[in-house]
Amino acid sequence: MRIAVVFPELLGTYGDGGNALALSWRARARGLPVTVEEVSLDSPFPDADLYLLGGGEDGPQRLATDRLAAASFRERVANGAGVVAVCAGFQIIGTQFSVEGDESYPGLGLIPAVTVRGTPRAVGDIALRVGSKFLVGFENHGGRTSLGEGLEPLGQVVKGVGNDGRVDGARAPRVWATYAHGPVLAQNPWWCDEILAEMYGHSLEPLASVADRLYDARVAALVS
Amino acid sequence: MGLAVNPHLLEDLTRHRQVLLVSGTNGKTTTAAMLRQAWGPDVAGNHTGANMPQGHVAALVESESPRVVLEVDEAYLGEAVARTSPRGIVLLNLSRDQLDRAAEVRLLAERWRHDLAGRRGVTANANDPLVVFAAETSFDVQWVQVPTPWTKDAFACAHCTRPLHFVDDGDWWCECGFRRPQHCRARIDDDGMWVGDELVDLSLRLPGQMNRSNALMALCALQGVGVEAHEGARRLEELTSVEGRYRVYDWRGRRIRLVLAKNPAGFGEALRSVSHEESVWISINARLADGRDPSWLYDIDVTSLSGRSVMCSGDRCLDLATRLTYAGVGADVVEDPSHLSHGEGDVCVVANYTAFREWRHRLETS
Repeated sequence: MRIAVVFPELLGTYGDGGNALALSWRARARGLPVTVEEVSLDSPFPDADLYLLGGGEDGPQRLATDRLAAASFRERVANGAGVVAVCAGFQIIGTQFSVEGDESYPGLGLIPAVTVRGTPRAVGDIALRVGSKFLVGFENHGGRTSLGEGLEPLGQVVKGVGNDGRVDGARAPRVWATYAHGPVLAQNPWWCDEILAEMYGHSLEPLASVADRLYDARVAALVS
Repeated sequence: MGLAVNPHLLEDLTRHRQVLLVSGTNGKTTTAAMLRQAWGPDVAGNHTGANMPQGHVAALVESESPRVVLEVDEAYLGEAVARTSPRGIVLLNLSRDQLDRAAEVRLLAERWRHDLAGRRGVTANANDPLVVFAAETSFDVQWVQVPTPWTKDAFACAHCTRPLHFVDDGDWWCECGFRRPQHCRARIDDDGMWVGDELVDLSLRLPGQMNRSNALMALCALQGVGVEAHEGARRLEELTSVEGRYRVYDWRGRRIRLVLAKNPAGFGEALRSVSHEESVWISINARLADGRDPSWLYDIDVTSLSGRSVMCSGDRCLDLATRLTYAGVGADVVEDPSHLSHGEGDVCVVANYTAFREWRHRLETS
């Protein structure tokens, strides 16, 4: 599997590189082939199986959107590539988002999601119920996102704000999106493995690591 | 509480005094200590790092010295500049730090730019594009070229959002015309430290490249209040420790070097200073003063630790251990650091804000 970290210089404000690290470490530990490539603004846009989009500040978020719109990104996703989109990355793959005041900006339209400015800024721990499990992390964003008809959220918010105080993120075929920013896959090893299983097309052997202890500790701290 | 009583307290307390301010993400406390040391005897200041208006008032009430150095939290620079009529303002660097409670770093740069417009007496880091963006609205800026390894927050031009071009020697530019200032007052290069055409001889006792940069910024700013660079340099050589930072402790027979690092840029600097002979212990908390979000651990460059094993402690030791494990660095989780004293050999302890305070207390009392 080829993983591409998209524009880390623009979309890497919150330790977003941790997600590529978690995916590749957990794949390699099971002997699965994986490569990670960082896509810089100067390099040609690569053909990859899974694209990672992270968080970014307003100006960089706009620049990243422009560059992705001009690159072959949408075409590759239409042809089956996967996308993990976090925070600003989540806003970018929607149909529309607002930065710098209330001026709205067209997104890439991979999913029918519209983000407007919301106050107060959502800053703090976040926990979701995703099926029978919890997903834990930290959010820091000023967006309120509504999902278009037919688009499922990733999970139900049990702590924090997420899209609107009730649900967070979005889930579509081969698209995983959340406001739980930065190294969310590092902290939630089960979710990381779920993405890997779908990308490789088969289930994975269990893999014990210190990340399990971290996950248990964070769930205990956030979900009472 | 003083400010709630009288909003002009800072103005009253700084009237007829010469004030120097220093702000930036990393190096504030150290550079403020350098400014005080190099300025001469009897300089007032907020030694303990209480760098918001309350701390400024407390420091100014405590001493009547006519010379004052204040370190200023980045978010309060505008207020401090407006109320203290500073003779000099030192701007060190801007990078991501505690994003959960502070503004995003670009917004901070924009606020500085607005608050510093038309001011005089600014000494600023020319190698940091966000600092240049913030300071270029001031008059007669003294630009200083100092090594600035962390540029990850300045990739998109602050004027036009095009990608900036960086060159190895610290130079940078954008297609829109935004570029590193061409006329610099001082610089560090392979030959040493230059102020104007003069090579400044300085045997600094604080370690690291970053402290050489801080020292040059301080010496440059002090020229504005009549201190010659060579004269300041002589006094600076007497500085050995700042609020427990850079101190070496003898702890139950082990030599422990305690280093404060609060954000990715600071951590990179700290890890570069670790020698092969030292064991590495890292301690991470995520309390209010540290920032509640430890995501930044993934922004630290830990490649220099590969092949080593790190003792992980602090409230968020599991976040740290996971981060290191995923990077291929050995990580041992230590619930109670007191037990570490039983081993042998020299140690470098790197800790973030509240964890540093705990370590300092542990090393000084047990």
